[in-house]
Amino acid sequence: MLLIRCPYCEMDRPEVEFRYAGEAHLKRPDPGAATDAEWTDFLYFRANPKGAHAERWRHAAGCGRFLNCLRDTASDRILATYRIGEPRPTAGQRGGGHANG
Amino acid sequence: MKFSFVSLAREGLTGHLGWTPQWRSPDPKPAYDVVIVGGGGHGLATAYYLAEEYGVANVAVLEKGWLGGGNTGRNTTIVRSNYLWEASEAIYAHSHRLWTTLAEALNYNVMFSPRGVLQLAHNRHEAAALKRQVHANRLAGVEGEWVNPAQAKAVCPILNTDPGIRYPVVGGALQRTGGTARHDAVAWGFARAASGRGVDIVQNCEVTGVRRDASGAVIGVETTRGAIATKTVGVVVAGHSSVVAAMAGFRLPIESFPLQALVSEPLKPVMPCVAMSNAIHAYMSQSDKGELVIGAGTDAYTSYSQTGGLHIASATLEAICELFPIASRLKMMRNWAGIVDTTPDRSPIIGKTPVPGLFVNCGWGTGGFKATPGSGHLFAHQLATGEPHPIAAPFALDRFRSGALVNEATAAAVAH
Ligand SMILES: Cc1cc2nc3c(=O)[nH]c(=O)nc-3n(C[C@H](O)[C@H](O)[C@H](O)COP(=O)(O)OP(=O)(O)OC[C@H]3O[C@@H](n4cnc5c(N)ncnc54)[C@H](O)[C@@H]3O)c2cc1C
Ligand SMILES: [Zn+2]
Repeated sequence: MLLIRCPYCEMDRPEVEFRYAGEAHLKRPDPGAATDAEWTDFLYFRANPKGAHAERWRHAAGCGRFLNCLRDTASDRILATYRIGEPRPTAGQRGGGHANG
Repeated sequence: MKFSFVSLAREGLTGHLGWTPQWRSPDPKPAYDVVIVGGGGHGLATAYYLAEEYGVANVAVLEKGWLGGGNTGRNTTIVRSNYLWEASEAIYAHSHRLWTTLAEALNYNVMFSPRGVLQLAHNRHEAAALKRQVHANRLAGVEGEWVNPAQAKAVCPILNTDPGIRYPVVGGALQRTGGTARHDAVAWGFARAASGRGVDIVQNCEVTGVRRDASGAVIGVETTRGAIATKTVGVVVAGHSSVVAAMAGFRLPIESFPLQALVSEPLKPVMPCVAMSNAIHAYMSQSDKGELVIGAGTDAYTSYSQTGGLHIASATLEAICELFPIASRLKMMRNWAGIVDTTPDRSPIIGKTPVPGLFVNCGWGTGGFKATPGSGHLFAHQLATGEPHPIAAPFALDRFRSGALVNEATAAAVAH
């Protein structure tokens, strides 16, 4: 089980308090202008890297808020958690003061 | 060496000293007509059918670890064909037919055991969905029937049909021709048969790059054992599909998740069938060694770590103990995870990619073991002819653009 630091509660909390919500930083295309290819990419295609992965979680059984998390998918080690709206920390770097061991 | 009653008797009387290795382990050649990346069941089956049915034997199967060390050797071996949509019924039924004669075809005992697969419903909504599945299957000529709790208990005597439990059994969909097979034997049987027909099986050989010419077409692969030239690459790497696609410069609608399983200490025969509960993510059967083989649902997050969270395994065990009270005092011997390649519509992706000459067979997710022979057979057609087999055509990558999904996710949302 992962131990995830909530950047709002500023506490390390067990994974069971959170809900996973998929890849972070996806941008919904402009419905008026998007091509089929852009829609396909937004709806279905995901980065799925073996390595640093930026992803959303929701602290469902805590503050209820969405947060972002940078996790190494090869080791499951959490590199950083950060608030929605903050930029993705550089891979491998502990970002935002919410680093997690 | 052919397995027969005579060869078994001869070896039995002479101390089993005459058996030869089951497949050759050659060094990779500098070039092949076809290179298959991934030596799981699907990759090995593809190579076998290429040689056997399409006369293409100048083929290499490149496996980064050992044969069947991926999901093939980690899965709970449930074989069934009762999916909802016509395209799925066709592809899984095709595979199901091949299972019934596979041991003879390969001259290798894959221990296919059609002992019956029982999918349980716990409320009226699930019952309605499973009945719809049974009816759809029967229209398509796929065997299946609806059973009430008493009939389910007759099929599976250790099942708890007490209506007072948290998730009572209100009925189930039973496919009597479904069952299990021996996972290692499937990988080894296909490897042996492919090798015997001229295919080179190269283990400990990881593909690290894809070479392309100025037009973008494939001209070879880079591996930890050197570069290999080829104009046709079949990528059959399950959980690592996105990683190999990235080497060739394209993306896939796939996410990789851990899926866990457990086995108990061995028991005398107690479970004559396979039982699955999709709602509470508990799947159980008994291996020929006597272990109860238990499958869970996927973990929540994407990962390549081949480990999952203990809370997922324990939730499954809680469900197992309620459904099968005799399991409550069993010791679990092992718990592991495989990395499954999940698509948005829970159907596989078979066929062309944006890279000419490079084809994928992936996205089988939590349920591709049952498809091993059929998947290999259809993908061999794609690699040999360059065009999809009619049964595989609905599973093209392009369906995510066209919208023609084969949505087994909302239909059944079934693992395995
Ligand atoms: C716990 C669990 C339970 C399951 N239960 C069932 C079930 O009951 N019924 C069912 O039908 N299905 C089940 N499945 C799903 C099934 O196991 C898979 O869909 C199926 O095995 C996929 O087959 P494969 O041959 O493609 O995969 P694999 O056996 O995973 O083969 C892929 C191979 O590719 C190799 N590879 C990866 N990257 C590279 C590279 N760069 N270079 C060279 N080689 C590479 C890997 O090492 C691996 O051996 C289960 C899976 C799991 C994990
Ligand atoms: Zn919080």
